[in-house]
Amino acid sequence: MTGDTEKAMERLPRTFIHGGSRRRWQRAGLLREPGTALGLLLVVSLLLVGLVAPWLPLDDPTQISLSHRLHPPSMENLLGTDHLGRDTFSRIVHGARMTLLASAATLVLSMTIALAVGIVSGYNGGWTDTALMGVVDLLLAFPSLILALAVAGALGPGLFNVLLAAGAVWWVGHARIIRGITLGARNMEYVTAARAIGASNRRIFLRYITPNILGPIIVIASLDVGWIILGIAGLSFLGLGAQPPTPEWGAMLNDARPFLQTAPRLLLLPGAAIFIAVLGFNLLGDGLRDLLAPLPNVQVPD
Amino acid sequence: MGAYLFRRLVTLPLMLLGISAVSFALLNLAPGDPAEMVLRQRNPAETPSSAAVAAMRAELGLDAPLPKQYARWMFRALAGDMGRSYVTERPVAAQLARRTIPTVLLTAAALGLALLVAVPMGILSAQRRGSAVDAIARLAALVGAAAPSYALAFGLIILFAVRLSWLPALGYGSAVQVVLPAIAVSLAPMAQLMRLIRASMLETLGQDYIRTARAKGLSDKTVVIGHTLRNALLPVIGATGVNLGYLLSGAVIVETIFSWPGLGQLIVGAALTRDYPVVQGFVTYIAVVVLLANLAADIALRIADPRLRFGQGAM
Repeated sequence: MTGDTEKAMERLPRTFIHGGSRRRWQRAGLLREPGTALGLLLVVSLLLVGLVAPWLPLDDPTQISLSHRLHPPSMENLLGTDHLGRDTFSRIVHGARMTLLASAATLVLSMTIALAVGIVSGYNGGWTDTALMGVVDLLLAFPSLILALAVAGALGPGLFNVLLAAGAVWWVGHARIIRGITLGARNMEYVTAARAIGASNRRIFLRYITPNILGPIIVIASLDVGWIILGIAGLSFLGLGAQPPTPEWGAMLNDARPFLQTAPRLLLLPGAAIFIAVLGFNLLGDGLRDLLAPLPNVQVPD
Repeated sequence: MGAYLFRRLVTLPLMLLGISAVSFALLNLAPGDPAEMVLRQRNPAETPSSAAVAAMRAELGLDAPLPKQYARWMFRALAGDMGRSYVTERPVAAQLARRTIPTVLLTAAALGLALLVAVPMGILSAQRRGSAVDAIARLAALVGAAAPSYALAFGLIILFAVRLSWLPALGYGSAVQVVLPAIAVSLAPMAQLMRLIRASMLETLGQDYIRTARAKGLSDKTVVIGHTLRNALLPVIGATGVNLGYLLSGAVIVETIFSWPGLGQLIVGAALTRDYPVVQGFVTYIAVVVLLANLAADIALRIADPRLRFGQGAM
């Protein structure tokens, strides 16, 4: 079908689709806002550390050495050792890797479900939409951490089960947002026009709907990582996630509970690591939101 | 309002049915045979014989087809019988009821604290946008949103109980013992509320009727208290469900740290020992509470905001 008409049309709506965000990106720059710059710095360092952790000249994070129990920080052990003589610095660094891997897996899983449900619901409308959003409304009554706790409990302890559980419950709110954006985009005049000149569903979706969803998804995802890190570390802290001797921040906190009085740093250090990681992702997420997609205040008629 | 209320009340049983189905599905998602698990729990020393497992399956009603099991569970739950714990063999409903009061106390204290800080800070930071107060409030909101309640709880214990000996670290019973856990639980909802109130204050302050009020020569105080506040606080009511989720999630984790004898301790212990009837009962209970709280918030919002009642901007 194509022809000149559609080609000419395509050039026109793209500026609408992107809302000039690409230009804004260049003009404002991600680094102008100090908070965003700090967030980017924290996230990039975290990613780097997590990526290269196994190749850093560090002690084995699971190497037990009972003669080195609860050593205070020194030149050999920058952050001291824990109750089994393991190097705390090495465990924190390897913990970054664990946290990032688990969060990334959870994010991919929950986003995939959210996208599938949101797009199918928003694009098809009708009873599909009613049914899917009914399920979403229902699941929204369960606080996500509590539902994840129950699912993780049912599956049994383990980091893999925790990320399955978190992924399985985290998508619910996002599905609603993505559905709203898809619905809004579907009713745009340029989509109606494309349909009128005979563009296929597939083409309409890839060409006109996807670009609208992309910005919000990046924003949702980046704002989400902080929550996911907190949730997964929290479940590990409760004993449901990563099991000893895995170097994972939440599990390290749980491990260190008996040493609250004697070696408080064993609790404060993993706690600080979680805080810094979450802060980094939140700052970056806020910056991306202001920059990329002031989340269209999705007001969807029910 | 009447029609709206009617519609909501009609869909309520449907939602409750759905909640019970989700909770029931949770148990059947679990790998392994619950009957065998119960026997292992009660007698960890020996492997249960297949005859004993079959007898236990019959005792727990697990030999019936799933739809029948679900129907039985649901009707019993409606009558207030949520089954018995696999581990302690005590009725789940009674345990939930007994554990509710400490959790309500903790979450109420945390919510009170969150509102006490978030409302004035949110208003001030919006009113004096760009000032030092605003900068501090925004920084506090960032920190509050990123601090894990469990690590914060330990930090509070180390500082106020171990180092300074100002407050007790653990326990339940006196008013001072609620202080540290309440602070730990309140931080996340406090940060969220502060951001919400600031944003909605800024939006309201930009409205035409505020400019009119200022043009009439009304003082700042009158404008903020008389004209802005009511509108700006509406989103707080709207966020009730979300905040309840934060509070309960925080309480679940923080209770285990402070030996607070509430629902959180119960559910974490049950999840770790795979005590499914307790987990199932708890999840159902919480979902029903959140559902009812959301309904109450929606009705309150309609009472507080006439625009919602009269079509314009109807949700």
